[in-house]
Formats: sequence, C-alpha cells, structure tokens
Amino acid sequence: MPREDVKKLLRTKFMPHIWCPGCGHGIIMHAILRAIADLKIPKEQVCISSGIGCSSRMPGYIDACTLHTAHGRSLAFATGVRLANPDLTIVNVMGDGDGTAIGGNHFIHACRRNIGITAVVMNNNIYGMTGGQASPTTPEGAFASTAPYGAIDPTFDICKLAEGAGATFVARATVAQPVMCEQILKKAILHQKKGFAVVELVSYCHTQFGRKNKRSRPMDNFNYLKDNSVMKAKADTMTAEELKGKIVIGEFVNIEDAREYTKRYDEVIARAQKA
Amino acid sequence: MAQVEFWQGNKALAMGAVAAGCRFFGGYPITPSTEIMETMAEELPRLGGKFVQMEDEIGGIAAAIGASIAGLKSMTGSSGPGISLKQELLGYAYIAEIPLVVANVMRGGPSTGLPTKVSQADVMQAKWGTHGDHATIAYAPSSIQECYEITVRAFNMAERFRQPVLVLSDEIIGHMREKIVIPEPGTFEVINRKKPTVCPDDFVPYKADDDDVPPMAAFGDGYRWHVTGLTSNDFGFPTNEANEIDKKATRIIRKVERFREEIVEFKEESMEDAEIVIVSYGSVSRSSLRAIRELRKQNVKVGHFRPISLWPFPEKQIAEISKRVKHIIVPELNAGQMVNEVERAVAGRCEVHRKNLLNGELYKPDEIMAFIKEVA
Ligand SMILES: Cc1ncc(C[n+]2csc(CCOP(=O)(O)OP(=O)(O)O)c2C)c(N)n1
Ligand code: SF4
Repeated sequence: MPREDVKKLLRTKFMPHIWCPGCGHGIIMHAILRAIADLKIPKEQVCISSGIGCSSRMPGYIDACTLHTAHGRSLAFATGVRLANPDLTIVNVMGDGDGTAIGGNHFIHACRRNIGITAVVMNNNIYGMTGGQASPTTPEGAFASTAPYGAIDPTFDICKLAEGAGATFVARATVAQPVMCEQILKKAILHQKKGFAVVELVSYCHTQFGRKNKRSRPMDNFNYLKDNSVMKAKADTMTAEELKGKIVIGEFVNIEDAREYTKRYDEVIARAQKA
Repeated sequence: MAQVEFWQGNKALAMGAVAAGCRFFGGYPITPSTEIMETMAEELPRLGGKFVQMEDEIGGIAAAIGASIAGLKSMTGSSGPGISLKQELLGYAYIAEIPLVVANVMRGGPSTGLPTKVSQADVMQAKWGTHGDHATIAYAPSSIQECYEITVRAFNMAERFRQPVLVLSDEIIGHMREKIVIPEPGTFEVINRKKPTVCPDDFVPYKADDDDVPPMAAFGDGYRWHVTGLTSNDFGFPTNEANEIDKKATRIIRKVERFREEIVEFKEESMEDAEIVIVSYGSVSRSSLRAIRELRKQNVKVGHFRPISLWPFPEKQIAEISKRVKHIIVPELNAGQMVNEVERAVAGRCEVHRKNLLNGELYKPDEIMAFIKEVA
C-alpha cells in the first residue's frame, strides 16, 4: 500500500487507471510520487507533463498541474511551461516511442538546451497503447505486430543519445529496482536547477511485447529485467561480448556546474534591458 | 505626441502583439514570416518576456501553448509548410481551450511552393486545417496600421474565448513598409483571460460560466488541474460518455458562434449606391480600392466590401448587399476559396464573379478595373 503522503498525490477520483494489471508503468509512477513526496515539493508547484501512450496517461492520476500533450511533443510544451514559470518542478514522462521516435527531435534539442526539466523515458521496448508495434528500442530479433518476422532495425541507447545531445544528468534503472528508480528520480528532480535530466526507466509491457516474446506474465518480465541488469561499475569491467543483451544501470552523467537554460535566459533579459 | 513610424507589416504585427501583452513567442524561421520572430527576439526580453527558437514549427506552437498554460499571453507564427506542421497542435489548443495567437504570412503553395511570393491560398486551411470540429477566428489585415491593431484584437479574442486566433497576413502585407501611427497604450482595449475566483480545491477547470467560457488558472497559480487533448469532461478528465462528449464538442463551437457579431469585422467603401461590389481582403483589397476610386471618377457605381474577419465570415452583411446590387466580384490570389462563402451568403440573389490569380503576383488595379468594366 502506498504511504499516506504518496496517497495525497493521487487523483483517486480519476481512477481506475487504464493500465493493464501488472504493467511496469505503475512501478514508475509510484517511484515518481515517492520522490516528489520525499522532496516535499508542494503539489501545486509540480507540473507533470507527458505525450501520448500508455506511459503518458500517468499525469491524469497525479494531483498536480498535469499536462497530457500530443504524441511526441511533451518536451516542447514543457519547454514553454518552464520558460514561462521557472519556479515549477517539471517531471516530463514519455514512452520510448513517444520520446525517441516521433519526439526524438524535441528530445535531443531539450538535451542540447539543458533546460531544467526532468525527462523520464518509460522504456518498454514497444508501442503499448496502439497494440504492440516496433519502437526505436525494440531489440533486434524481437517480435512486434509490425515486425512479425523479427525486428531488424538497430535500437537507440537512450542514455547515450541523451549524453551525446548534451543532457547534464543521465541515468538508468529498471522497474526491477524500484528503490534505485526513486533515488535516481530524486537526484534528477533536484538537478532541474542545473539543467536537463534524463532518466531512462526500463519498464515492460507484458500485454503487447511479452505476449509475442515469451514473457507474457508480469513476473517473467520483472525477472528478466532483474537477471539482466548490470550496475555501471561492474559493466565498466566487462567486455562488449559479455554485455550483449544486458541492461547497464546507474548514473552516466552528472555535471554539477551545468548552467540551466532559463537562468541563461535571465542573462539575455539583463542584456536586453541594458541595451 | 503620437509616435509615427515607417514599419514593415511583419514588424507591426509583432509590435501589436507586444502591445496586447504577448510575453512569449515560440517559432522557427520561414519566409515570409521570419521578421515577426526576429522582432519578438528583440522586443520580448526587454519587457522580461521570453522568445525561444524551437527545433521546428511544431515545437514552436507546442512551447507557445505550454507558456500560455503557465500564464503568459503567447504566440507563434509561420508561413506555408510551417503552418501545415502546426495544424495538429492548433487542434490541441482548440480542444484544451488554450489562448494563443498564430500569425500566418501566406505564401504560395502547395509544399515549398513560392517562398517569396504572395498568395491567399490558406483561407480554407485556416478553417479546416486541423482535424475535428471547432470554431475558427481569423483576421486578415490589409495595411501596416491594421497589422498592429488586428493583432491586438486577435489577442483579445484569444483571451476572451480561450482558443487560438489566426492572423492571416500575406507576403505583400508582411513585407510592405508604410506609415503607422502607434496607438498610445491605454487608448485601446486589452482583454485578459478570466481567472478562477473559487478556492483551488473547488476549482472545476472546464466548468464554463454563462458565456460558455471556463475561467483559466495558470500552472503555478496555486490551482491543480489537468490539461489534455482528449475530449474531456468539466473536470478536464478524458471521457467516453456520449452526453459529456456532446457537451464539450458543442460548447467549444457555441462559445464563439454565440458572439459572432462581436467578432466579425469588415470595412466598406463607396457602398451606398453601388451596383457592382468588389469583395476582397488582404493585399488584394489595396488594388481593389485603387480600382474603384478610379472608376468612381468615371461615375461607375462600384463599391468595396472588405472582410477583415475571414472567419467568422461576414455572411449576414454579404447577404444584405446581395439584395441590392447586381454583381459581386471576388478577386483572390488562390483558385477560389473565400468566394465559396460569398456564393453561399448570396444564395443566387445576384451574380458572383470568381477571379483567381495563381501566378505568385498581386492583382494590379487595372486588372481589377477591367473586371469591373466587364460587367458595368
Ligand atoms: C501524431 C500521432 N501519431 C500516432 C499516434 C498513435 N499512438 C498513440 S500512442 C502511440 C505509441 C505509444 O508508444 P510509447 O510511446 O512507446 O508508449 P507506451 O504506450 O508503450 O507506454 C502511438 C503511435 C498518435 N496518438 N498521434
Ligand atoms: S498495453 Fe502494455 S504498456 Fe500499455 S498498460 Fe498494458 S501492459 Fe502497460
């Protein structure tokens, strides 16, 4: 059962939620709520934004300023929110399809701007909501409704993508490590003062992905994630061959002295007003 | 002393936005509208506002909607392909009821078409460009003065009705320079969105007042609410209930339709005794006016009717005119768009002549004079 302070962050009147029983996304929502509760951020100062997908339905269930946008566009909306009100705490959730396919351009540019938003990619390796089509993170060889003979597209490494594009905090955990999810989220939320934080939380979709890939029960997926996660420190000692099929978890980037975009914009305002 | 300037249309449009209280602009460069964003990049920071150049036009409108939700009067602008890209999120602002002004400086299309040449081919797109039903408000300026003033009006309507309002300028109006007298602040109306008066726990975000428009809180104001592009109920929560769907779908149209006569704008010249009427808007209306002034000297009974609001279209006014004139001529820089609305309003009561130019040029006054002489 959720803690009392976490329960207070729920919009129970909007429930039952739409997620399939046992969906990995619920673990992420719970971790986000625990992080917000622990950080004691007043809920009217919290903005939860999202795109479109199963993952993106999360904001509706959270009693805060919630913004369910259009498929792929959440970070661009959140950029406007952040610029208009730099005091809000913004947690932007999106699916792997939402965030890295249709929203890939907004994703890399939000990283580049280093705008103070915590972006959570809920990566279940599939398009869950539309019925199991392949996404940019569907593993090669896996089956999807649009890859009935096995996927051949190489996948994105979301953390490397974020790092390459300039995000100043990047980390990954899986829903099989809920405590680690929460700890990373707390750091990533605090990092908003310094800039753009990307947290890839590897989730699962037993309904659409699992069904076609011999992991149709929630526990099959949970165990799969647990068995295949490798801490970054350990991964650093392993060969590429040994790391095949493994999910490296931990913190990859944390630039403490990064300069956040709206703070830099304040400099623009100062220069404009002096001119 | 009133401030007099010699400005380009795009600059006047941007300065009008600033005067209306716009404090956020999200955009992406494209000819012939770029000067709007360049002006905003210069002006907004001076006033503590924010300008952001996004990664594409979709990002531009998304950021503008986000900023509006967080309480700033917001705007985006573009042309041709960029306007096509904005269509999905225009729909978002209609359904989520977010005040927003979108400037479209029309250029030739389809696709990349004619980046530097004038067109009026986005009139129907302005109404039907995004999927789904909604009520469109779109104003077409025809002078530099009007670029400024109509943009103030566009913001007022966006804030009053909580929805996007389009300013349909065109390449000629956008790039032309002429004199403008800057209205003194305080001499014109500035409308701000209604704010909720109930306490946050009692706030029902989409519960409308008697005017069918719900008060709007800003994120960060102390109110917690849900914004979504899904059809939602008064609580802002997605619904599949037929009665709730109907309530929302009809209200977002009715809130504008009810006040149609307060939104409609037009301007007439030499209409009292006219037997022939030119109906034109935007840059074309300038050629039309020149033509009718010349022909009036020759005692031709010709007048001009200029819709300023293309949507809602001044159909009542056109219907009235059609009862007393013989010919209505509709010159447009497209294959015939607004003329369909004219024909609908006229309903066969007089002759309607379609005149269409698709070569990227503006109608010249003598071409319009020739159209008038054909029927005079
Ligand atoms: C512009 C647009 N294209 C397509 C869709 C259909 N659509 C809805 S959700 C979705 C994919 C969701 O997958 P993902 O983002 O990975 O999230 P998940 O459902 O797996 O959590 C798609 C393609 C849409 N809503 N809008
Ligand atoms: S379809 Fe998949 S992602 Fe969507 S709720 Fe069900 S299990 Fe979760």
